[in-house]
Amino acid sequence: MITVQPNKKWQGALYSAAVVLLVWWLLAWLVQLPIIPSPVAVFNNIIEVFMSRMEIHVWYSLVRISAGILISLLIGVPLGFLMGYFDRIDRMLSPLVYFTYPVPKLALLPVVMLIFGLGETSKLIMIVLIIIFQIIISARDAVKGIPQEIYRSLQSLGATRIQMLREIIIPASASEVLTATRLALGTAISILFFTETFGTEYGMGYFIMDSWMRVNYLDMYAGIVVLSFMGFCLFTIIDLIESRISYWR
Amino acid sequence: MISIRDLSVAYQGNLGETLALDKINIDIATGDIYTFIGPSGCGKSTLLYVLSGIISDYNGNVTVNGRSVDPRTQRIGLILQNYGLLPWKTVYQNTMLGQRIKHDRSGLDDYSRYILNELGIEDLLQRYPRELSGGQQQRVAIARAFIMKPDLLLMDEPFSALDAITREEMQALFLDIWQQHSVTTIFITHSVDEALYLGRKIVVLSDAPGRILEVVDNPCFQLDNLRFRDEYYAMSVRLRNILNKG
Repeated sequence: MITVQPNKKWQGALYSAAVVLLVWWLLAWLVQLPIIPSPVAVFNNIIEVFMSRMEIHVWYSLVRISAGILISLLIGVPLGFLMGYFDRIDRMLSPLVYFTYPVPKLALLPVVMLIFGLGETSKLIMIVLIIIFQIIISARDAVKGIPQEIYRSLQSLGATRIQMLREIIIPASASEVLTATRLALGTAISILFFTETFGTEYGMGYFIMDSWMRVNYLDMYAGIVVLSFMGFCLFTIIDLIESRISYWR
Repeated sequence: MISIRDLSVAYQGNLGETLALDKINIDIATGDIYTFIGPSGCGKSTLLYVLSGIISDYNGNVTVNGRSVDPRTQRIGLILQNYGLLPWKTVYQNTMLGQRIKHDRSGLDDYSRYILNELGIEDLLQRYPRELSGGQQQRVAIARAFIMKPDLLLMDEPFSALDAITREEMQALFLDIWQQHSVTTIFITHSVDEALYLGRKIVVLSDAPGRILEVVDNPCFQLDNLRFRDEYYAMSVRLRNILNKG
């Protein structure tokens, strides 16, 4: 496993931001078209519109994505644990998971919207439908990967199943589950963006598409930058939690 | 007292049933220490798994102090070759695991402090297992077993992964602590030397399926400078002969 020192991570983030901004700025300078405004103009615009027009959209998106991840974890992790620990449950559910995993769930959006309407429920269901599989599979594999010998000392102490869960299964698999969540986050933000282009007037997806329709490129870019920054923050938070709980590795 | 009557254990493998242990009969008095020696794959570990309640699917009768084996009501200290420490717990948390599972008051009392001190790990309490050497990890595993004041101590080749010098150190240290507390102990080994050094009686097992070939009284037990004595040499020849015939 590649480990990056915490302060090296920050240096890396700063370095990457600088490179991206430089390329963007160069591109804007070369093209000189309103479709690629300079980063300076975009950041000025963010300062201008964030409090007045953008904040509410950020909150909507943030709540949707956090709820989506949380629900996926709450359903996916116990399911994965059960499949990992009990072979019988795994034999029953694994074929279903493998069969439905490659189905492009985004294509189900019309069906989900027909059944659950255009509101928040559909958006959450879409996010959960898409990222839960990664979480189920990684939780299951993490539990399956725990060597049998690890259980022996607790078995000989007469530990109950709940104690096994608390002392072994959760700490042994937490870091794998969080890695899967971190990877699923990228997908989740794409889904969020897509679902927010329908049936809502709030959310960063709506903000970006709306600015585009109004040919307000400065707002559109401001939306893209803020949405990306939101993703980066969530990614960093999960990363921090992960390094905090895998101190023992 | 541990009483084992007609214990047979079979494994369900790909090629049908394999017998791991065949009609084992033995009584072990409370506070005694027996070493079990036999070739690899003779079912030594299986015997420990039965006594620690990990395997419950067996034929015959196994009782500890008159009651059948149940890790929930009995205190069983199990020490394994790979130490059996939980890598996400500190040394302190690992040594207190028995108390935690048994819902004893946790925390360091005089007795557990004494054991930690005796094993020389009192300064390592905040470390994680990966930061320890093999010998130190094994000390933690021994501390964990003794701190829970077990009715029965089961050891499965606990020192075989250590280098020769550390191994002899650990054997001496273990014997020292064992003498102070006299826990009923079954010690499994594949080393004739270890069997002679640590067993008041030595049980010699046959090749698979494991049967008891002979239970030998060990006159060498607790002799000073054991490894330089004639008795030691005579006994190791005798043990090797039994093992070879088996």
